[in-house]
Amino acid sequence: MKVDFSNFFPQLCFTGFVLSTFAYYRYIITKADSLNFTDLLWKVFITGLITTLISLAIRFFFVIFANSTLVESPLTVNFFYSILIGLVVIFMVSTLVVWKRLILYQKSKNLLQFWGFFEVALAASLLFDFFGASYVDSNFRVALVILGCFSIILVFNLKWVAYLNFKQKWKGILFILLSAIYLYHFLLNLLNFSSTEVLVIDLFDRVFIWGLFVFLFLYAVISILVTLFNLPTSSVFEQKLKEALDFQKLSQSIPRGETKDQTYEILLESSMSAVFADAAWLEVKDESGTVQVIRNLKEEDVNEIKTAIKGDTIKSILQLDLKSEVSSGKLTDDLKHSKFKSIIALPIMVQNKQVGFIVLLNEVSEAFNREMVNIITTFVNQASISLENLSLIKESIENERYKEQLKIAKNVQKSLLPTSLINNDHLTMAAFSMAADEVGGDYYDILEYKKNHFGLIIGDVSGKGTSAAFQMAQMKGIFHSLASQGITPTEFNNKANTALGQCLEKTSFITATYFDINTDENILHFSRAGHCPSLFYCKNDDSVDYLKCDGMGLGIVRNSSYKEYVHSNTVNYHAGDTLLLYTDGITEAKNFDGEQFGDERLKKSFTAHASKAPDQVKEGIKKDLSEFIGEVIIDDDYTLVVVQFKDKKNG
Amino acid sequence: MAEITTENKDGIHFITVNGEIDAGSSIYLDDALKNALGNGEKKIVADLSGLDYISSAGLGVFISHLDEFNQQKIQLTLFGINETVKQVFDILGLEKLLTIVESKEAAISSFNE
Repeated sequence: MKVDFSNFFPQLCFTGFVLSTFAYYRYIITKADSLNFTDLLWKVFITGLITTLISLAIRFFFVIFANSTLVESPLTVNFFYSILIGLVVIFMVSTLVVWKRLILYQKSKNLLQFWGFFEVALAASLLFDFFGASYVDSNFRVALVILGCFSIILVFNLKWVAYLNFKQKWKGILFILLSAIYLYHFLLNLLNFSSTEVLVIDLFDRVFIWGLFVFLFLYAVISILVTLFNLPTSSVFEQKLKEALDFQKLSQSIPRGETKDQTYEILLESSMSAVFADAAWLEVKDESGTVQVIRNLKEEDVNEIKTAIKGDTIKSILQLDLKSEVSSGKLTDDLKHSKFKSIIALPIMVQNKQVGFIVLLNEVSEAFNREMVNIITTFVNQASISLENLSLIKESIENERYKEQLKIAKNVQKSLLPTSLINNDHLTMAAFSMAADEVGGDYYDILEYKKNHFGLIIGDVSGKGTSAAFQMAQMKGIFHSLASQGITPTEFNNKANTALGQCLEKTSFITATYFDINTDENILHFSRAGHCPSLFYCKNDDSVDYLKCDGMGLGIVRNSSYKEYVHSNTVNYHAGDTLLLYTDGITEAKNFDGEQFGDERLKKSFTAHASKAPDQVKEGIKKDLSEFIGEVIIDDDYTLVVVQFKDKKNG
Repeated sequence: MAEITTENKDGIHFITVNGEIDAGSSIYLDDALKNALGNGEKKIVADLSGLDYISSAGLGVFISHLDEFNQQKIQLTLFGINETVKQVFDILGLEKLLTIVESKEAAISSFNE
């Protein structure tokens, strides 16, 4: 074989045109990534239509001028033949690109590789055509057979057909059929020209064109046949797709913030359409009562059907007392009912407890099969998960609300402690209070009931948390009503005990120390009701001592004998003396080794800071305490109150 | 955590408390005392030598039964209380309401007075 040079240039042009068209369409089709199958086929159809119309026009021209010399001149013939070649190439190459897209819709590595070989073979056939073999040559036929084999293997890749719905399938058949007709028409047209002997280049002598034609035509025929045979099953495919979508809808119904009722609706709708039920209802028992959702049924029907049920399993499902797992076979049954002949009943379980059921009915007997039960089961399971999530969301919202309430309680409680302390010519104060929980049971307060006479209290309610906070509020009421009367400390404790005895819980008590401060005469008169003894710093001696006094907690002895246990004591103070009140949260605070801060450490700490200003005393003790306990969190309420006395006369 | 055991010996009901009595474990102490009351025990001894800590809730348990003990003429004697716990009882004034002795022998002989 040798290259025929008279043939070389036209073949070069032809090859160039084929390759550029291929590149062009590949670019166009790949770019349009979102095209669906019918759109692709529509493109083929439109390209075919346009090219065919033009080729028909050419034919028409030849028919009109059939007898003129014009049509017999080789120039005219070759001119129009070249146009026809162009049209054929455009149509065939664009169709090739679309077919490629369809074949490679679900690509595997093997398929991609094979397609690659096919493209290489097509390119090789373009090269082969440079040798100008005629279609009668044996080499030509061998090459064609090779291409044909490739085609036959490739044309059975038709997975895309399954994704068309019924309507799309009909459209597809129509478009491909028309494309096949175009192909046939082009073949006839080329044949027509081929019979004239004046052609510079005859496409009939091209393996490429033949090979491509065989491939395109085969694929069109097989596609049409496969699509046709797939028509009856397309409804099943659509059904499955819808089930998947319904399933998704169910699982997304809760995150979208829909309510339980909406979930019930979706469950019922999707279940009905999944098994072609004629009627259905759903019952779910929740905290607000029983919810019933009914479709295509009357209330009477529901009761009638309930009595018409034969199977024990279904009966127990409808009575919401399903005990164990049941096999799917027992969930379907026939009904002896005037209208409905088949039934499916499925329990709705939330956290392994049956909360409800769904019943699906069909007018035909034995309408439901095991497959359907399985589908509904997945639906119901999904709905159960959604319902469970919903209740979890609800719970967390409720918790949030409680937290909010506690925050309010915390604010209220804060307002129970004095906002401003006394800071005048006679005494200065500093205080700190911290609750272990949101709210606590420590209390301190001061009140000037008469000029230069102050009532001062520190109290600690047994226990901590909300109940302690309420009792602390009672204590405040008692303090303000009693202290304003200017009664003595023992009287205060007696009356407070009587008042609290009537409202405190049996296991609760309050410890307190009440001070009556007379700044006219520098006298501190106090009575200790079971509260940890206060510390007193005497500036003259530079010494710290506990203010001792026998006493008993409030609410421990709830009768008149309490008087016997209450005592009082008096201290004369001088300028610069400092009083430290605290609650046992301070002394009982433990460090990592479980060791308590204790009375001695507190005394030492207070001694070290007592001569400073009240605020610094408070901060100093806080710092010593936090250094002692380290990282450990104090699990009790703790309070510090520092009162420093001044002598008005001395300055 | 607390461990509470009870035992009847020579007509005396012994309640032994080990560990810490806080808000949580005070329930067990309460149960032990309630049982003793329910069984009609008249002589109760609480062995607190193993008690490391008692919270106000624990004290509240003792306090809540004081009235019943008095009304039903039940004597409750505590012994073996360590220094820290004793101080808590003292500060609150409970040492005046409860019979607190040093040893088990003293506790047993307290009933003969």
